[in-house]
Amino acid sequence: MRLIKTGGRRSVLIDGLIVVWPICLGYAPIGLAFGVLAQKAGLDALQIGIMSLLVFAGSAQFIAVSMLSGGAGAAPIVLATFLVNLRHLLMSSSLAVQLPRMRPGKAAFFAYGVTDESFALNTLHFQKGCWDADRALVVNQTANFVWLVMTVLGGYIGPLIPAGAAGIDYALIAMFICLLVFQLKNRLVVVTAGIAGASAVLLALLIPGNAYIILASVFAATAGVMLKRFVQ
Amino acid sequence: MSMEYLVMVVGMGVVTYVPRWIPFYLFAKRRPPGWLVEWLRLVPASILSAILLPALVTGGVPRQIDLLRPEMWVALPTFAVAVFTRSLGGTVLVGMGLFWLAGRLGC
Repeated sequence: MRLIKTGGRRSVLIDGLIVVWPICLGYAPIGLAFGVLAQKAGLDALQIGIMSLLVFAGSAQFIAVSMLSGGAGAAPIVLATFLVNLRHLLMSSSLAVQLPRMRPGKAAFFAYGVTDESFALNTLHFQKGCWDADRALVVNQTANFVWLVMTVLGGYIGPLIPAGAAGIDYALIAMFICLLVFQLKNRLVVVTAGIAGASAVLLALLIPGNAYIILASVFAATAGVMLKRFVQ
Repeated sequence: MSMEYLVMVVGMGVVTYVPRWIPFYLFAKRRPPGWLVEWLRLVPASILSAILLPALVTGGVPRQIDLLRPEMWVALPTFAVAVFTRSLGGTVLVGMGLFWLAGRLGC
């Protein structure tokens, strides 16, 4: 992808929009599916929209809705949300190091849009070198907007969409596969990714929930750093 | 909208936002030490791999190993397309197409 770094607002917007489409494609079916489930759990369009706006985290929202339909109270749902979303701590740490310094207000706004998907996509483009905070913000906020619209829409029209249409359920997996391939730049990263994948599968079998993501990532990155020191 | 729901969603929003924001706040004041930067450099590949692999080879509740899922074997040609084309858009479209085909073939 050829991107020319210029100061123009228009090119910032367009660069961001050119890059973000795989996320939007992936959010469409997931957002619709969430809207359908939320509506079945008794939420109206306004309630769905407010959750998508304030939380903006797919897996946590799915879990919250399934807990709501199971009759859970607010406290366990908030606690589950916290645990499920703790992985963003790692992603924001990684992004904070890659990003140039920003005003505190801008950084605070940027932080709102950190998701698995925007993190992975922005990381790729920061590593390519022709990316900045504004373009990354366009990615974050476009994804956020699509998520909001799709979840609310799901509450209305979700049941009309046939399951598995055009393989769209695979959009995010395919995107993650490609972004992982782009990360595999040297032997250390390949080994680290291998350790992360293997330990994540093992942990996913042993413990319920998604804690395996953060546990396996911390373990693998630590093992990678130690391996590097050991080899040197 | 009930007050209780609003309080819950605001609570969910706060506990989601704070971990997203803390690193930006901390690392704006002072840059992290060298070993941490080195460690954070390995985080993207680790997270991607840790999200991806269980999504490909495990399924069901409780989760079990299942190597025959279409997610898994569609991933192999998708991976190859990513390696050889280095194209994000192309990989996403090929992955979707193959997954759709796998569904049509009743796998």
